[in-house]
Amino acid sequence: MFKVVADLIRYNIEFTIGVILLTIVIVFALLSFFSPYSPEMIYVVIPDQPPSAQYWFGTNSRGQDLFWNLSFAFRNTLFFGLTVAVLSRIISITVGLLAGYLGGWVDRGLMFFNDIFVAIPIFPILILFYFVLRSDLDTFRLALIMACLGWPFDARLIRSVAIGLRSREFTRHAVFAGMSPSRIMFQEHLPYVMPIVFSTAMANMIWSIGFEVTLGVLGFTNINIPTVGTTIYWANNHSAMVVGTWWWIIIPVTLIVMTFLGLFLLAISMNEYIDPRSRLRRMGG
Amino acid sequence: MQDYLFFALKRLVQLAAVVFAGVSAAFVVAHYSPISPVETIIGRVAGQSTFSPTAIESLRQTLNELFGLNAPLHEQFINFWVRFLQGDLGPSLIAFPTPAMTLVMLALPWTVGLLTVQIIVAWLIGNILGGLAGYYQNNRFLKAFGVMAIGIQPIPYYIVAFLMVIIFGFLWPVLPISGGFAMNVRPSFTPEFILSVLRHAILPITSLILVGIGTWFLGMRALVSNIVTEDYVTYAELAGVDRDKIVYSYVMRNAMVPQLTALAMALGGIFSGTIITEQVFSYPGLGTLLIRAVNGGDSTLVLAVSSVAVIAVASAIFIIDLIHPLLDPRVKVG
Repeated sequence: MFKVVADLIRYNIEFTIGVILLTIVIVFALLSFFSPYSPEMIYVVIPDQPPSAQYWFGTNSRGQDLFWNLSFAFRNTLFFGLTVAVLSRIISITVGLLAGYLGGWVDRGLMFFNDIFVAIPIFPILILFYFVLRSDLDTFRLALIMACLGWPFDARLIRSVAIGLRSREFTRHAVFAGMSPSRIMFQEHLPYVMPIVFSTAMANMIWSIGFEVTLGVLGFTNINIPTVGTTIYWANNHSAMVVGTWWWIIIPVTLIVMTFLGLFLLAISMNEYIDPRSRLRRMGG
Repeated sequence: MQDYLFFALKRLVQLAAVVFAGVSAAFVVAHYSPISPVETIIGRVAGQSTFSPTAIESLRQTLNELFGLNAPLHEQFINFWVRFLQGDLGPSLIAFPTPAMTLVMLALPWTVGLLTVQIIVAWLIGNILGGLAGYYQNNRFLKAFGVMAIGIQPIPYYIVAFLMVIIFGFLWPVLPISGGFAMNVRPSFTPEFILSVLRHAILPITSLILVGIGTWFLGMRALVSNIVTEDYVTYAELAGVDRDKIVYSYVMRNAMVPQLTALAMALGGIFSGTIITEQVFSYPGLGTLLIRAVNGGDSTLVLAVSSVAVIAVASAIFIIDLIHPLLDPRVKVG
């Protein structure tokens, strides 16, 4: 495991940049545990101060220190992305392995559902959920909904790998040795799909955080919980660009772009690592 | 041919299933909305003057009947489908009593326009440049383009659109940042109006293309850089076949099909991105209508927009699926 990471850092510039970008963002989010202010408090510092030695990221029109407020926002947003990634991975691994290994009508049934989920445009559906749940739509509930919508692409990918594994020698040995299907799937086949699971988890986080930011900016989540989306929502609400408090917009946007870029670079470098042909090409083999 | 018809029929069944599932889900979710359309209208009417309680009660009865809310849920569900198939979803609330479908139909062409232009341009340019980048791997310009694509592709639609508004709205105001056409021109087939529509479409379309192009570029580059290692490409090169011919007819033609599948898979996401972008630019399409409906507590309109969105995306995927076997004779039909 450590050797793989060390190799990636040595040979893969994208991976290195991705790790650096994400480390900055994660450390920043973790700083929120040392925040002197509670994130719900408003008018605790002088409003509308530009970035300075005292307020590194300035203060916003609601009298919050943007540095600490944003670190809470990033903690919530990253936690949200991670929750969606973990939950949707569980669904996609289960569906993908079941469909791939069992085949037959199980496969057809699951893939039929899969195709329905692929075809449904998610944004209107999320808006519909907001419309019903209103301010009950907190970070965790949104994560649950997103997880239920975010599995089909990756389930299909895992299924295609599982189909390949089914006809391999060791699977036949396991069947003859009397291993139960569930043990074959989750002990023998699961390790083979793990690299895909990791790389798709990154892509999934980009996708879910993207929607979270969008819904937050529109004010379609609980706007009192600081997330990256709601931070931009409040900035828009106070016409930050017109008033001239540009740091309120530019800093969160820069940080979130860093997050996306970091995740994306990790995802593509992992993909390349999984594909041995491109790995050899890069190492000059 | 018979195989193809069978294939098309199978896809059609799938299309029907997707539409049924999506629209039914939308119906159920909207049904459990705490915002009652009847109470909203009563609130609006009764807020303007004083009414006797009996008058309000009879108004409530009439409205309940108008919306068909007295029937049990399964009957409402059947009624909903019967009327849905006739294209009637009831009156909208934010523009009462205009039918919700009329509003949706007014907004639909704007969204479809944005979507079509954006997909065609992004898909073609992204694939052609990606194919060239995969074949000529040492070209400086294509390498730089690749770095740019990696930089922009992961950013969500909203943020890119938002940055465009900041740049062209505040820093360098040369293009209109909101609306579908200028306020002072009448919608008609005059050059003035068409020019205004085009000018207003530049920013939304550019922002959509910027995000979209990277996906196709990176996908195509990865596909082509694997294909060029195949024996038949080496053979063609040794045989002295024209390089351009190798790229376009031998390499990219083969990589086109997975990219078309990818387009069908990505369509739902692209649609979501389009309506998000519309909202940023206040473009008069489905996205803006949807947000207005949510803010106005208009459940009929929300339901209408979501249903039409599901149908539009599912039909587009259906069409792409039908083209598929025509482009690639290797795709097994049936």
